[in-house]
Amino acid sequence: MSKEKQRLDEQTVALRLAKEFKDGMVVNLGGGLPSIACNLVPEEREILFHSENGVLGYGQIATLEEADWNLFNASAQPVTPLPGMSFFSHDESFAMIRGRHIDICALGGLQVSEKGDLANWAMGNLDWYGGDIHTWIREGRFPPGIGGAMDLARGAKKIIVAMTHTTKDSKPKIVKECTYEITAVHCVSQIITDMAVIEVTDQGLLLKEVAPGFTADDIQAVTEPELLIAPDLKEIEL
Amino acid sequence: MIGREQMPLNKVVPSFDEAVADIFDGAVILCGGFGDVGGNPGYLFRALARLPVKNLTLVGNSPAIGRETQEALARLMTVPDWYADGGPLIKSGRVRKLIVSVPQLPIVRVGELPLVKALQEGQHIEVELVPQGTLAERIRATKAGIPAFYTPTGVGTAVAKGKEVRVFDGEEYLLERAIKADFSFIRAYKADRYGNLIYKGTSRSFNATMAGASTVTIAEVDEVVELGELDPEVIVTPGIYVNRVVVRPRD
Repeated sequence: MSKEKQRLDEQTVALRLAKEFKDGMVVNLGGGLPSIACNLVPEEREILFHSENGVLGYGQIATLEEADWNLFNASAQPVTPLPGMSFFSHDESFAMIRGRHIDICALGGLQVSEKGDLANWAMGNLDWYGGDIHTWIREGRFPPGIGGAMDLARGAKKIIVAMTHTTKDSKPKIVKECTYEITAVHCVSQIITDMAVIEVTDQGLLLKEVAPGFTADDIQAVTEPELLIAPDLKEIEL
Repeated sequence: MIGREQMPLNKVVPSFDEAVADIFDGAVILCGGFGDVGGNPGYLFRALARLPVKNLTLVGNSPAIGRETQEALARLMTVPDWYADGGPLIKSGRVRKLIVSVPQLPIVRVGELPLVKALQEGQHIEVELVPQGTLAERIRATKAGIPAFYTPTGVGTAVAKGKEVRVFDGEEYLLERAIKADFSFIRAYKADRYGNLIYKGTSRSFNATMAGASTVTIAEVDEVVELGELDPEVIVTPGIYVNRVVVRPRD
């Protein structure tokens, strides 16, 4: 009897993401889905959350009552303090990032290629606007902004992309070549989606876990490059 | 003692209008904060908006998102009245160039996005998009007297266009230039009359990076305390980087 196919909700994808954070790691969380993972780490695991606006060791996303304008993460969310937390300037923060002091950076993604190229800062390509950023900002529905993504994608020891498997109109986001502007080439190690967990290997994309009810064929059908299937392929465990 | 006379040892100026009075047409201004509320030098932006200067270059993470965007970001929190950024300067046609990592956040209606609206209305505003860490380092480099540096960030992307690529130990790096600026707008928590500064929490961000990275650094602070009250072990920005200090009205 086959289970009902059910894509994971954001909270569950973030929970699966948080499973990757091991005791003692320094982790930076990008905007959107990854940003909520700080709320989902079991108490017995000590993780130091880093945010590029200059904080190491914050707690969780703050409630409205707890919120303080002087304690925010880089996703414009108020966060809570923890003992041992430290603050620093932006240049220092990016020294930590570029200098490979961050163990894991979890980023959102618009497209990830077969080779682990990431596109996540612009919903489109400059070529579509004659190579002119001003035309894009003037005409585009989504004026692009780089933020810290390029530095993080290049600097963290391991990049995990957490995203929906397909776009809102059901197009694959895991593609042979990114058509959107690139954040960094060959930077992604792992992709966690609402349908699957995929590892980027030298041989290609290795499907390791699937959401309940889905088969490898189901995942392949919404993934552009050909997937390698792990011999021990299993259901996503949280 | 001769050296001391070159810089007045009381850097406190009585008003925001006086603090910004010598900002000139075409000035390049480093805008402190992170596009957040806590680190926003709102009173300096307001004083600047009262000056009849134009052709300004604003440098910062996202110094021109505008109040409407800030309110949308704040969700249920209330953005204080004093908040101000480069948005109104764009609306009044006084910005020539932005050097930013995030030009606009498309979370409000297009009509409330200052830059998008200005470009649609035919204003010519040059936009230079810079990765956030590269922006921070281009500012820090100026402060430290470094004209340029190599960084791994941006290799193989749109920001590499036209830049020298050099290989060190088998890896590619981009040559990035320091940013020269005339003024820095800094939001800090406490100062003394030497210009020593401390900050509060994540409001430090670009503020501490930009202090000292331009010809004139102006800090808006909650409070000026007596010399010696700031513990020398915890001063974040030594006064050597600060030219003027102005006290904000109490919230």
